[in-house]
Amino acid sequence: MVTKTNTTLAPVSLKATGATRRRLYVQALFKGIFGLAAFLTVGVTVLIVLSLLVPALRFFSQVSLGEFFGSTRWAPLFEPPGFGVWPIIAGTAWTTAIALVVAIPCGLGVAVYLSEYAHRRVRAIIKPFLEILAGIPTVVLGFFGLYLVNPEIVQRFWPIGTVSTFSGLAAGLVVGIMIVPTVASLSEDAMTAVPRGLREGGFALGGTRREVATKVVFPAAISGIVAAIVLAGSRAIGETTIVLLVAGSRPTFGWNPGEQMQSMASFIGFAGIGDQPTGSTGYLTIFAVGLLLFVITFVLNIISIRIVRRFREVYE
Amino acid sequence: MTDLAQRQVTATDLRASSPRRKLFDALFKLFLWVSLGVALGTLVTLLVDLIAEGWERLNSALVVNMPSARPERAGIQSAIMGSLWVVGLTALISIPTGVGAAIYLEEFAKKDRWYNRIIELNIQNLASVPSVVYGILGLAFIARGFLSFGFTVITAALILTLVVLPTVVIASREALRAVPNSLRDGSLALGATEWETVYKQVLPAAVPGIATGTILSTSRALGESAPLLLVGALTFVTFNPEGLDSSYTVLPLAIFRFISEARIEFRPLAAAASVVLLIILLGMNSIAIFLRNRFEKKLR
Repeated sequence: MVTKTNTTLAPVSLKATGATRRRLYVQALFKGIFGLAAFLTVGVTVLIVLSLLVPALRFFSQVSLGEFFGSTRWAPLFEPPGFGVWPIIAGTAWTTAIALVVAIPCGLGVAVYLSEYAHRRVRAIIKPFLEILAGIPTVVLGFFGLYLVNPEIVQRFWPIGTVSTFSGLAAGLVVGIMIVPTVASLSEDAMTAVPRGLREGGFALGGTRREVATKVVFPAAISGIVAAIVLAGSRAIGETTIVLLVAGSRPTFGWNPGEQMQSMASFIGFAGIGDQPTGSTGYLTIFAVGLLLFVITFVLNIISIRIVRRFREVYE
Repeated sequence: MTDLAQRQVTATDLRASSPRRKLFDALFKLFLWVSLGVALGTLVTLLVDLIAEGWERLNSALVVNMPSARPERAGIQSAIMGSLWVVGLTALISIPTGVGAAIYLEEFAKKDRWYNRIIELNIQNLASVPSVVYGILGLAFIARGFLSFGFTVITAALILTLVVLPTVVIASREALRAVPNSLRDGSLALGATEWETVYKQVLPAAVPGIATGTILSTSRALGESAPLLLVGALTFVTFNPEGLDSSYTVLPLAIFRFISEARIEFRPLAAAASVVLLIILLGMNSIAIFLRNRFEKKLR
């Protein structure tokens, strides 16, 4: 638009029209390339769904849905095979629940401390440490869980029942530690976003720091906090390496968290290590379980995004 | 009636120094301290434990030797080289793609178009798909099936690209968003096209932020183990990768191997290799944080 007004001025700018045309052409080119890169991400989702769905459908032509969801023996890679998925769903539920029992109070405590109590300088010191914790590779956490948390802490101090060398309990605890930074930093963001006026109102009414934090800031930030917990839970559900190393690879289906366990994700890792022949039922099982895992985490992510969106509307 | 109610409120709620309230305040503060202690205490315990257990093997032999069935001779040279190859390639593919997508979404896309909204939602979603699911995708489409690249360096790099791409996009978008609009307006007012504005004004201003974000995101690829379990990275490899079609192993999976070896002598090796991995990660993160700090100072 600017160029059109210029062209009437002088013959020099008539030349510029040609150059401008080239400039606009270059612009269209880059817009196209970058747009393609953005659309590529949608392609990734399509690929994920396709790569899970097609083999999973083949799996369910060999193993009935009734057997998959109706029986309770999970041994797809052994003779005789068993395809009842409940033991690994239970394993996932155990490790995730234990992880959340650790991560919710601990993560929220850290978040409240950082957003409502800590001095700016203290915050600047603590936050990098949380980032380091968030960046510890899961295989290293697995080492820690297998050789320190389980034998030195869980096996020694767990009061009820016995704890074996591989335990779902220790795996859950370590996964909990892994997701503490997620809960902490996302809920801290939610609490920091609460307008200062609300806090000042609370203090003006004579509230103490605790009362303002728990009765004013926390309720105002609750949707962001819930979203953080949902997201952390979905990460715990999908955690593979820690569960595989610490909880072992024998699926059990019972009420003792101190036993060996297999989760959906750790089964996928376990079967993947075994290098199943392409097209065998064992190979196809990976995709069936993968599809189940993808659907569960997908639903949780959508819930979390929805909650955050509602939360944003409140303050805009 | 109201009088009485009011008097009761005054009597119970406004006594700032009531001992019960003070006790609760103190208990709450204790809870916060304990939470912080658990998080930071675990981190410190973990680091001390790794260094203590790995100390005897933390020497040059560790990084020079190749993996071996005999623990006293085993090292991690091929794993370090494998990680460099795989993560280097991942960065090479994911950074241009991710930054490109971010530029499109932040600078060019009309936000109210349905397809742009779908892309946005989709990226948010991809960021929280469990990484092992990308491994399944890689197994089905990249290692076997459509691309059939086998269990090679390029397969691993493509899978890790998919894992980190959403975070690279999100981080780059944040960096672009931090560039003040006045810069764009000035450039457009001087007759630059949108692309020239992006290329000559916005990108140079956003580069430190983009660098920080992309380094932090690709450093995730360095520690990632789950998706590579499915595409043969756990194999016993005693040579360095020589090209895209080499078989390979990576540092996290070398550690995984040491942990799953039956013999107890491999345990210090696992700890020592973990320390090496953490040092590399910390190095990458320090570069990112250094860039961020310089950038923040510049803005003020």
